[in-house]
Amino acid sequence: MIRYLARRVALLLITLLLTSIIVFALTQFLPGDIARLILGRDASPQTVNDFRQRFGLNDPLPMQYVHWLSGLAQGNPGRSFSAGNPPVMPLVQSRLSNSLRLAALTLLLSVPLSITVGVIAALYADTWVDGLISLISLAVVGLPEFVTGIVLINVFALGLHWFEATSLVRDSYTLGEWLRVLILPALTASFVLFGYITRLTRAGMIEELKKPYVRTAVLKGLPYRQIIVRHVLRNALLPTITVIAISTGWLMGGLVVIENVYNYPGLGSLLIEAVNQKNLPVLQTVVVLVVFIYAVSNLVADILYAVLNPRVRLG
Amino acid sequence: MTETQEPLLCVEGLTIEYQIAHQWQPAIHDVHLSIMPHEIHGLVGESGSGKSTLGAGILGDLPPLARHADGHIFFEGRDLATLTPAEWQMVRGHRIAFVPQNPLEALNPTLTIGTQMAEVTRTHLGLSHKDALKQAGEMLAQTNLPDPIATLQRYPHQLSGGQQQRVMIAMALSTRPRLLILDEPTTALDVTTRAVILELVRTLIREKEAAALYISHDLGTIAQLCDTVTVLYAGEVMETASVQSLFAKPLHPYTSGLLASLPSRASGDQSRLATIKGAAPSLVDRPTGCVFAPRCPVVIDKCAEKPPLERIEGQRSVRCWRWHEIAAGTLDPRQPAVPAALETTRSSDEVVLSVGHLRKTYQDGGFWQSKSGVQAVSDVSFNVPRRSTIGIVGESGSGKTTLARAIVALTEADAGSLTLLNQPISLHLAHRDASTLQNLRYVFQNPGDSLNPYHTVRSAIGRTIRHLRKDEHSTQDVEQTLQQVLTAVGLTSAYADRYPSQLSGGEKQRVALARAFAAQPALVLADEPTSALDVSVQAVILNLLKDLRAQADASYIVISHDLDVISYLADWIIVLYLGEIMEQGPNSQVRHAPMHPYTEALLMSVPTIPDGTSSKTTLSAKDAPPLLQGDIPSPRHKPSGCPFHTRCPRFLGDICVTQTPPVRAGENGHEICCHIPLDELRTLQTGGA
Repeated sequence: MIRYLARRVALLLITLLLTSIIVFALTQFLPGDIARLILGRDASPQTVNDFRQRFGLNDPLPMQYVHWLSGLAQGNPGRSFSAGNPPVMPLVQSRLSNSLRLAALTLLLSVPLSITVGVIAALYADTWVDGLISLISLAVVGLPEFVTGIVLINVFALGLHWFEATSLVRDSYTLGEWLRVLILPALTASFVLFGYITRLTRAGMIEELKKPYVRTAVLKGLPYRQIIVRHVLRNALLPTITVIAISTGWLMGGLVVIENVYNYPGLGSLLIEAVNQKNLPVLQTVVVLVVFIYAVSNLVADILYAVLNPRVRLG
Repeated sequence: MTETQEPLLCVEGLTIEYQIAHQWQPAIHDVHLSIMPHEIHGLVGESGSGKSTLGAGILGDLPPLARHADGHIFFEGRDLATLTPAEWQMVRGHRIAFVPQNPLEALNPTLTIGTQMAEVTRTHLGLSHKDALKQAGEMLAQTNLPDPIATLQRYPHQLSGGQQQRVMIAMALSTRPRLLILDEPTTALDVTTRAVILELVRTLIREKEAAALYISHDLGTIAQLCDTVTVLYAGEVMETASVQSLFAKPLHPYTSGLLASLPSRASGDQSRLATIKGAAPSLVDRPTGCVFAPRCPVVIDKCAEKPPLERIEGQRSVRCWRWHEIAAGTLDPRQPAVPAALETTRSSDEVVLSVGHLRKTYQDGGFWQSKSGVQAVSDVSFNVPRRSTIGIVGESGSGKTTLARAIVALTEADAGSLTLLNQPISLHLAHRDASTLQNLRYVFQNPGDSLNPYHTVRSAIGRTIRHLRKDEHSTQDVEQTLQQVLTAVGLTSAYADRYPSQLSGGEKQRVALARAFAAQPALVLADEPTSALDVSVQAVILNLLKDLRAQADASYIVISHDLDVISYLADWIIVLYLGEIMEQGPNSQVRHAPMHPYTEALLMSVPTIPDGTSSKTTLSAKDAPPLLQGDIPSPRHKPSGCPFHTRCPRFLGDICVTQTPPVRAGENGHEICCHIPLDELRTLQTGGA
């Protein structure tokens, strides 16, 4: 198990290094001169050169890369291109913590409910209960996030005035205030996960229920509840748990559309802003950070799988 | 027995139906069966006979789309059909326990053995988790598991098949149930393990004063274990009798046919096995009269009417109109023995294939791990003379399949030489020419898996002919050869257009053989050619293998774990253990003293079927070595010296651990690899006589 872990962490580091190279290389291929783009057509050659000098854009590419990477590793990826050139890190940090809050609430809302519903669907497989659940989860998974987002805004914010339509975020918020802001975007993201996790849980349960060990448990005369909870559920949830862990990566860096609809300041919207403004230092940092989160959640998924599955853990 | 003679379990007129295409069809029809306290009752039948359905019916655990249509199942005086789910829960695992066929699948992979065992006694006997674990450890100790307490902490995949089945048996008996239902509990195990587990089942059932219903397709196992036997065919009871009377004097023609088709019943090495013509009916085309009538050699007009299950005396009953004649000896229900189609020319001195010092080591460990070698085959040499059959026998893990795959280069050997028809051939498939491929054909263990489900029989065999018979280019030639080989394996030309899914197991194996012989090979390798087949079908295929060899002038290498099959087919037997040849020699000699202690153990493990005229090797009971304990070691940790020393019943001492045993030559090329001299072995094995 220790060897396995060490190997996985080494792989993760290699992945990150490769990503950083790719991200750095790709941003070099953006059309046009960065300094000219940022400063505008009217900037004098002197200003442009000053800008290039200040951000090290005149250095050879490998130098720029090494410089950037070492800064990144020390938690200082440089300064933003945007007005006033604030350091990148505090900006990314605040967006990261916003994204974390949203991801946590989304998981809290969707995981227990969708697993329960998925188990119910499997236990009543091929009855009307199962049919209804399938219909709902399919519908929810099929609807694009901006549609559900807009419907939710119209109903709960504009219609009922329960929540705000846009998310103004202050660090001084109390838990209740945070919930008021987070609930609609989290609900929208939950819809996507709900359909997915429900169907996965149902499939896992149905497959597991067919296995001979379930028959053994029945013929051992165990109570039905115990068979489902102790024997079937844990094995059936193995693939689901992996998917939940991986979707945490998506919740952190992939909620571009939802963050946009609610104007929520998370990592996803920061990414879009950085792309639009050609703000290279921010863009590079966010992309590497998102890849890191994906890689870590993958690692967590694999470790969880190994911990829950003695065949992997004990070889 | 001083107890009441009320039966413990009494099945009366049970009918279980399956829904097929919206019609209810009986899978079990009017079955009567009773089991007395302490009785071990065998239920024997071929696949599709409904034996597992009957077991499931008694446990109230029918699959979906099956229903208990008629009849009663009385257990301890209660009709099980009237139980509510809650009452069933009290009966199952407590009064009636179940031991399934495949222990690995039947255990939950993510719970420890201890947890799975303890929950039974916690549920039924109300023990605390601690007491339940303690009791589970004691139960495991009674099954002779080496380290019961440590086993409780383990997960199923960390145990061997035999150990897993011990766990299942210990678990089933932990509540001291009155009745145990065992569904083919040893079928998934190796021969040597099988014998040990059977012994254990018998001892423990006696000790715990339980009764048992033992479901099996294997007559030998039934003979060894059971008191009474019920023979099931197409969902109906053909005959019930005590083991002694059933095997000594079967009253039903089906039972006679089944017994006669056993390879161990073959009278001489040139004889053919008796077979039962035709095939068992499917659920939808059951005959209305006697279900066995279409296949019965002594059928009469009256058989169009269904005979009743007649009680004769005691437990003996039979469902046949002509049992009086059979009992009186005026009617012989056995199929008249057909003499061998062609007298096989004795094998010549010409060598078809010569295997020299073949070695295969599997490299273990991935990119990140250190390499370690697993020796699957080490230094194996033998010759295959023309028109002969070499039988390779050994437990799973003995390397027999790796050896065969290395010969056809499906697995690349590391070292050694292969000479086919006096031409050296490459160990790599890519370097072999078409004539090598044509001369060396392979028949896989499971014909269902080796035939492409999307190709018709014509296309499967036609490809072989087109690619490997260079002389036949035209479509007519190919078609003509195709018809010839189909006829040779006993299939009509109508089969050419069928897909594998439209064939029975026996028919698929015929097609696989036809495909092998279509290339006109010099040598055919058959890996467990009959292990996936029923006894009566096995007899047909074994006969066919013998006929084809004579017709096609070919040689065979047959691989099997079944000594009976090997000694029926082979001229020369090779006994393999952990990739090394322990013994080889002529068929007649290998099965008689002196023999290698491993061969002796294998022979001991094969259950003997009493028939009065047994031609089996007679080992004096007093000096018979104990059954092989433990499992075959992993080739990863191959024992030093003699690889068999860890399990050898005739272990000498240090010499076996430290030194590779010498190859001792006997008569006619017979070789035994053992530290014990041949004379001494003979003395030991014949009980000093």
